[in-house]
Amino acid sequence: MEVFLQQLINGITLGSIYGLIAIGYTMVFGIIGMVNFAHGDVFMVAAFVALVAFLILTTWLGVSSIAVALFIVLIVAMLFTSLVNWIIERLAYRPLRGSFRLAPLISAIGMSIFLSNFVQVSQGPRNKAIPPMVQGDFVLLTHNDYAVTLSFKQLIIWGVTAVLLACFWYLVARTRLGRAQRACEQDQKMAALVGVNVDQTISMTFVIAAGLAAVAGTMYLMYYGVVSFADGFVPGVKAFTAAVLGGIGSLPGAVIGGLLIGLIETMWSAYFSIDYKDVAAFSVLAITLIFLPQGLFGRPDVEKV
Amino acid sequence: MREGAAPGRIDTVAALRDAAITTLLAFGLFLPLIGFQTVVNIRNELVLDTRWPLLFGIVAAVGVTRLAYSFLFVPWLERFKERPMAVTPPVWLGLIRDWFTPFAIGFVIVYPVIVIATSGWGGALKWVDNFGIQILIYVMLGWGLNIVVGLAGLLDLGYVAFYAVGAYSYALLAKEFGFSFWILLPLAGVMSSFWGILLGFPVLRLRGDYLAIVTLAFGEIIRIVLINWVDLTNGYAGISGIPRPSFFGLPFDASDEGFAATFGLEFSPIYRTIFLYYLILALAFLTAFVTVRLRRLPVGRAWEALREDEIACRSLGINTTNTKLTAFAIGAMFAGFAGSFFAARQGFISPESFTFLESATILAIVVLGGMGSQIGVAVAAVVMIGGTEIMRELEFLKYIFGPSFDPTQYRMLLFGFAMVTIMVLRPRGLVSTRTPSVFLKERKAIPADMVKEGHG
Amino acid sequence: MTPKSGNQSSDEVMHRHGMGAAGDVLLRVEHLTMRFGGLVAVDDLSFEARQGEITALIGPNGAGKTTVFNCITGFYKPSEGRMGLCHGDAAIWSELNALTESGKRGIRKDGNGLYLLERMPDYLVTQDARVARTFQNIRLFPGMTVLENLLVAQHNSLMLASGYTLFGIFGLPSYRRAERASIDRARDWLDRVGLIHRADDPAGDLPYGDQRRLEIARAMCTDPVLLCLDEPAAGLNPRESAQLNELLLGIGNDHGISILLIEHDMSVVMEISDHVIVLDYGVKISDGAPDAVRNDPKVIAAYLGVADDEVEKVEAEVGL
Repeated sequence: MEVFLQQLINGITLGSIYGLIAIGYTMVFGIIGMVNFAHGDVFMVAAFVALVAFLILTTWLGVSSIAVALFIVLIVAMLFTSLVNWIIERLAYRPLRGSFRLAPLISAIGMSIFLSNFVQVSQGPRNKAIPPMVQGDFVLLTHNDYAVTLSFKQLIIWGVTAVLLACFWYLVARTRLGRAQRACEQDQKMAALVGVNVDQTISMTFVIAAGLAAVAGTMYLMYYGVVSFADGFVPGVKAFTAAVLGGIGSLPGAVIGGLLIGLIETMWSAYFSIDYKDVAAFSVLAITLIFLPQGLFGRPDVEKV
Repeated sequence: MREGAAPGRIDTVAALRDAAITTLLAFGLFLPLIGFQTVVNIRNELVLDTRWPLLFGIVAAVGVTRLAYSFLFVPWLERFKERPMAVTPPVWLGLIRDWFTPFAIGFVIVYPVIVIATSGWGGALKWVDNFGIQILIYVMLGWGLNIVVGLAGLLDLGYVAFYAVGAYSYALLAKEFGFSFWILLPLAGVMSSFWGILLGFPVLRLRGDYLAIVTLAFGEIIRIVLINWVDLTNGYAGISGIPRPSFFGLPFDASDEGFAATFGLEFSPIYRTIFLYYLILALAFLTAFVTVRLRRLPVGRAWEALREDEIACRSLGINTTNTKLTAFAIGAMFAGFAGSFFAARQGFISPESFTFLESATILAIVVLGGMGSQIGVAVAAVVMIGGTEIMRELEFLKYIFGPSFDPTQYRMLLFGFAMVTIMVLRPRGLVSTRTPSVFLKERKAIPADMVKEGHG
Repeated sequence: MTPKSGNQSSDEVMHRHGMGAAGDVLLRVEHLTMRFGGLVAVDDLSFEARQGEITALIGPNGAGKTTVFNCITGFYKPSEGRMGLCHGDAAIWSELNALTESGKRGIRKDGNGLYLLERMPDYLVTQDARVARTFQNIRLFPGMTVLENLLVAQHNSLMLASGYTLFGIFGLPSYRRAERASIDRARDWLDRVGLIHRADDPAGDLPYGDQRRLEIARAMCTDPVLLCLDEPAAGLNPRESAQLNELLLGIGNDHGISILLIEHDMSVVMEISDHVIVLDYGVKISDGAPDAVRNDPKVIAAYLGVADDEVEKVEAEVGL
C-alpha cells in the first residue's frame, strides 16, 4: 500500500512531464495532421538551454535564491525553445505543407536526428549532471519503516504544470488565437477564407507547443538533475503514446494520457520489471492504436465508402 | 527579394534587412548551445565555457549566406526562369536515362577490380568493405522496404526489427548448431517473414502515421527484448564469434585447407572481403530482380492498387488483408537475408546495430530515392551512406580546422540536415515518376502528382 | 469461380456458367435494415432484382440508396435482413432456408450457386458471389495506367494463373498466356468504352466522363453476374449520358449481365431500366415498372417534398 502510494506520487510527477510534451504532439497533429517527430528533441534542447541558463545564473551571476533562478530559467527556456521551434517550422515543415504526406514526416525525422546530433556535437556526448536544485520533502505517512514522501521537487512540478495548463486552457478556449487554431483544425481553406491567417496560426501552434515542451524540459532537469543529448527520443515516444492514448487532437486527452503513461510506467517498474518499463509504454501505444485508435477522448474515424 | 520588386533588379534595402533579421535570429538560435559549452572541471563540477569566436563565426556565416542568396542566387534563378524552356529535352539527358542502369550494374560488378587497381591490395580493403559492402547492405534494405512503403504504401518505421531477427537467427543457429551460412540464409529469411506476418497482422486496420508509430513501437520492443533477454542474446554485450561464411566449403583463413592455400594464393583478408562484396551484390540483385518480377505479377499490381485506393481494391475482389501481409512478409524476408549477411560479415552483433535510427535511415533512403523507384533508392543509398562514410576520409579538414577537428563527429548531423534539405527541395524524392508495369503501345512514365502515397 | 481465358463471343456468354434464364430472380433482398447508432438509414427494405434486367434504385438525397449498395456489396454489415444471390438455375432458391440455417456463406450445386451476401466480407462478394460495383465519387487507381486498372480487376483469376505468385516469379509460360488473355480482355473492354487510345495513360489523367466509363469497364473485368452502379450518369453531359445508356443496355443485352443502378438522372432511369424501386427515408415507397412508378403519387410527393394528402393539390398545380 505504501509502495503503491509512493509510486502514485512518482507516477503523477512523471506523467505531468509527459502530459506537457504530449500537448505539443496533439496540437501539431490536430492542426496540420503531422506527427512532429522532432518534438521529443525540442524537449531535450529545452532541457539543455535550461541547464545553460541555470549555470549562468548560479555560477556566474551568483543568484542564490532557487525560486528566482528557477523562474528565470523557465522563462529563458520557454522563449528560446519557442524561437527554435518557430524556425524549425519555417524551414523544415512549412515548405512541405500540402505536398506529399510522407515528406514532412521524413523531414521531421531528419530534424530529430539533426537536433540530437547538434547538441551532441556542441555540448559533448556525456551526461550533464548538476547538483540538486531543490532538496527536502514532506513525509506523508510512515508505516513499517517505509516513508511515503512528497518531495518539494514533485510539488513544484505539480504546481507549475497545473498553473501552465490553466493558462494554456485559457489561451485555447478563450482567445482569438485559440479560436483561429480550432478553425484551422477543422478546415484550413475555409479558415483562410473567413480571414484567419493560417500560416501565423500554425506558427503560433509550434511556438506554444515548444513553450510547453520547454517547461517539461526544465522540470525534467530539475527532477533528475541530469540530461544528455539522447534524452529526447524515448520521452518523445512516450509523450506521443500519451497523446494517442488520450485521443490525438484532444487537449485534455493529452494531459490525462500523460498521467496514465506516467503511472503505468512507474507501476510497471515497481511491480514487474524495470528493464522492461519501456516495453510497457510501447505496448500500451500499440494496443491503444490497434484496439482504440480514436483514444479515450478522440473522435472516431469513420471510413467513408 | 520581396514581392513587388521589378524582376531582375535587386531590392538592396530589403535584402540587407532580411540579412540583418536572419543574422539576429541565428545569434539568438546559437547563443545558448554554441556560445556556451557545459564542461566538467577538475573538481568534477559542471561549469560553463564560452566560445565567442565560434559563435560569431557561425552567425556571420549565416548572415553572409543570406546576403549571397539575395544578391547572387535569386538573380540567377530569375535569369534561369526567363530563359526559354527547351521543348525537347537535350540528347544527353535521354542517353543518361537509357544507359544509366546498365552502366551502374556494370560498375558495381567491376568495382573491386577498379579499387584494387587504383589503391592496391592493402588500400582496397577499406573501399570494398566500408563503401561497397556497407552501401550495398543499405541498397538491399532500401529495396526490401521499398516493397512495403513504396509499392504497397504501408508506412513501416520498425523495419530494422526484421533485420535484427535475421541477424540473430543466423548468429544463434550458426553458433548453437553449426549450420552453414547457405542453409541459414533462407532460414533467416523465413524467420523474418514469419515475424513480418506476426507483427503485420494486428496493424492491418491502421492507416498512415498510426501504422508508422505502431511499427516503430514493435521495432523498439524487439530491441528492448534483445537487450534484456540476456540468456538468449547476451544482452548489450552482444554475440561474438559468429561463424563466417565459407567459399563453398573453403574457409577464408590462413590454414592449408583455406581458400588462399587451395588456390595457391598468399593469404590475405581481402579475399574474404571481395567474396562478401559479391555475395551482398548477388543478394541485392536478387532483391531487385524479384521486385521487378513481382511488380508485373497480380500481387505486385494489387500492392500498387492498394496504395492508390484500398476501398476500390476491395470492390474488385482483392483480399486486402492477404495482400498487405504478403507485402510485409516479402519485405521482411529481404531484411532477414540482409540481417544474416550482416551477422556473417561482422562476426559480431549487438542490439546497438538495430536502433530506431537504422529504421529511420532505411525509410529515409526509400523516400529520398523516390518511392517505388529501384534506381532512385539505390542512388539515395549511395548518397546518404556513401556521403556519411566519406566523412571519415576527410582528413584534410584537420589542416583547416585544427588537429582536434574530427569530421566523423559531424556525420549524423549532416545526415539529418541532408534529410531535411532533400525533402524540402524534392519532396517526392530523386526519381518521382512511376513506370507502368504493363503497356499496350508505349511505356509512358507517370508523373508524381498522379501517384498516390497510400493510406497506411 | 472458374478462371476464364480469352474473350468470348456474345452467344457463348449467354450460356456460360453462372447465368440463369432471363427473368428469374437473381438478387433477393429481404427485410434489410441498417442502423447507424440511433439513425435508421434503411428500414425493412425488401425487393428483387431479376436476371438480365436493369433495376433502378431511386429516391431523394439521403434516402439510403448508397447504404443499400454498401450492404449488398459487403462494405457494411446490415443490422438485420437477408440478401440472397443466385448463380445459374433459379431452382436453387429452394435451398435458401436450408442455407440460412446452415450458417454457411453460400452453397454450390451442379454448377449453380446460392450466396448470402450479408455473411460475406466485401472482397468475397466480388470474388465468389460475383457482384461488382462502382462508386458515386469515382474510385480509380489514378497513378496506374488505364490498362493496369483493368488488369487489377482481373486479380483473382490472374492470381490463380500465377500459382499464387510462385509460377509467375519463374516466368512460366502458363502465366504468360493467362496474362496475355487478360490483356486481350482489357483491350476488348477499352474498345467498347472507347478508351483504347488512352490505354497507356494514367487513369487520373482522363476527363471525368471517361473516368466514369473506365470504372464501369473495370467493374466488368471482374466478370460479375450483377453490376451495381452508383450514379453512373452524375456529372455527365447529355451526349455522354446517351453514350452511357447505350453502354449499359449493351452490357445487359450482349453479356446477359444484370444491373442494379442508383441514379438521379430520370432520363437515364426511365429510358433503360426495366424495374424501378423508390426509397424515401430508408423506406420503400414504390416498386414497379418505370411508367407505373412515374405516376405514383407517393413518389411525386417524396420528390416534391409534400405530405401524402397534399399530393393531389400539388399535382394539380404542376399540371399532372
